[in-house]
Amino acid sequence: MIEFRIEPRSGVAPYLQLVHQVRQALRLGLLSEGDRLPKVKDVAAKVAINPNTVLKAYRQLENEGLVSPKPGVGTFVSGTLGAPAVSEHEPLRRELIRWLAAARAAGLDEESIEALFRQTVRSPTEEER
Amino acid sequence: MTAIVEARALHKRYGRRPALTDCTLSVPAGSVVGLVGPNGAGKSTLLQLACGLLTPTSGTIEVFGAPPGQLARVGFVAQDTPLYPALTVADHLRLGARLNPRWDAALAERRVRQAGLDPAQKTGRLSGGQRAQLALALAVAKRPELLLLDEPVAALDPLARRAFLQGLMEFVAEAEPQATVLLSSHLLSDLERVCDHLVVLADSRVRAQGGIDDLLATHFRLTTARRDADTLPAALHVLRAEHTERQSTFTVRAEAHLDDPSWVMEPLGLEDLVLHHMSAPSAPSAPADPRPVPEPQR
Repeated sequence: MIEFRIEPRSGVAPYLQLVHQVRQALRLGLLSEGDRLPKVKDVAAKVAINPNTVLKAYRQLENEGLVSPKPGVGTFVSGTLGAPAVSEHEPLRRELIRWLAAARAAGLDEESIEALFRQTVRSPTEEER
Repeated sequence: MTAIVEARALHKRYGRRPALTDCTLSVPAGSVVGLVGPNGAGKSTLLQLACGLLTPTSGTIEVFGAPPGQLARVGFVAQDTPLYPALTVADHLRLGARLNPRWDAALAERRVRQAGLDPAQKTGRLSGGQRAQLALALAVAKRPELLLLDEPVAALDPLARRAFLQGLMEFVAEAEPQATVLLSSHLLSDLERVCDHLVVLADSRVRAQGGIDDLLATHFRLTTARRDADTLPAALHVLRAEHTERQSTFTVRAEAHLDDPSWVMEPLGLEDLVLHHMSAPSAPSAPADPRPVPEPQR
């Protein structure tokens, strides 16, 4: 069973913080298919957080196809993030190193590189438009 | 959407001093609404109008679709959690059982046990945190459909505050149908945890109201090299502009994050958002978000 936490002042809506934590737990292998998420009532009482917020997070995860509710029983992990095998990482990393070298040669400093990377990750790609 | 509390053009004056001016708001069933604002902004007045301790100077306030006064369905914990200091914890529970038709004795006893209170202890000798826990136990054991709390955690240390909020959220999650809560506090980080709606009061007026998730998702701070507000895209609604010689900082409302290499756009955070609405020049109860408040579902 995973434990939730809430960081106020982060500017991130509390329900999104819960969504991120479930996704992170899936990525780290702390949660896998068939596992039950904590009951809404228990999360509310333990974390001191609004039960509506927990419900909203669980609904969002349901829309993403990651969990499904079984009425009267609980909410269960029903999907995976489909993370590629670690063997895929190495070639991607080599490409990234080549790209970083090109960016530094173009005169970008660390912060500009990070900003450009974040901005590109967030903005929809041509295919998604 | 069922509104549990509905205020329309509500005014309250003490002598010539306005305590609440032209207040229009709606508290949906099953929501937890935070009231925030400086001292004297009208928070306590609004709570006391909702439980019928005060009557409006003009305008209307309805609770469960009728004038306030159905006290069996409403729980109210006043500021500083008043109790009878000469009576014991057990005396308070007996009093609650005698005075309330829907009293849940098992719940009251369980809560008192959870809070580690000694039933034989006189309440005058309890700590602030213990008093608050007892007041909450008494308020929830009457099984209210609407719970009104006036700065319940103001005097508590962080540990007692967390314990109190855990108890409050447990009550909200357990009640069938889900209870509606209206609470005032200065502690925004607490409100961000436990509330789904926020009402910002200042100078006796409602300055902003809306769902907390919506407020957080639509308010940003934008930092850029000095430029005029009207050179920004129309999708950014500028609420406030501050300029130094080289830099401009805008507080903006926008439907979504907008990336541009010439600026940094960050989420505003609830504290800055509330401070902005508190200090903004007095506009007649302009809603921060004109969209209707979504109803919580379960």
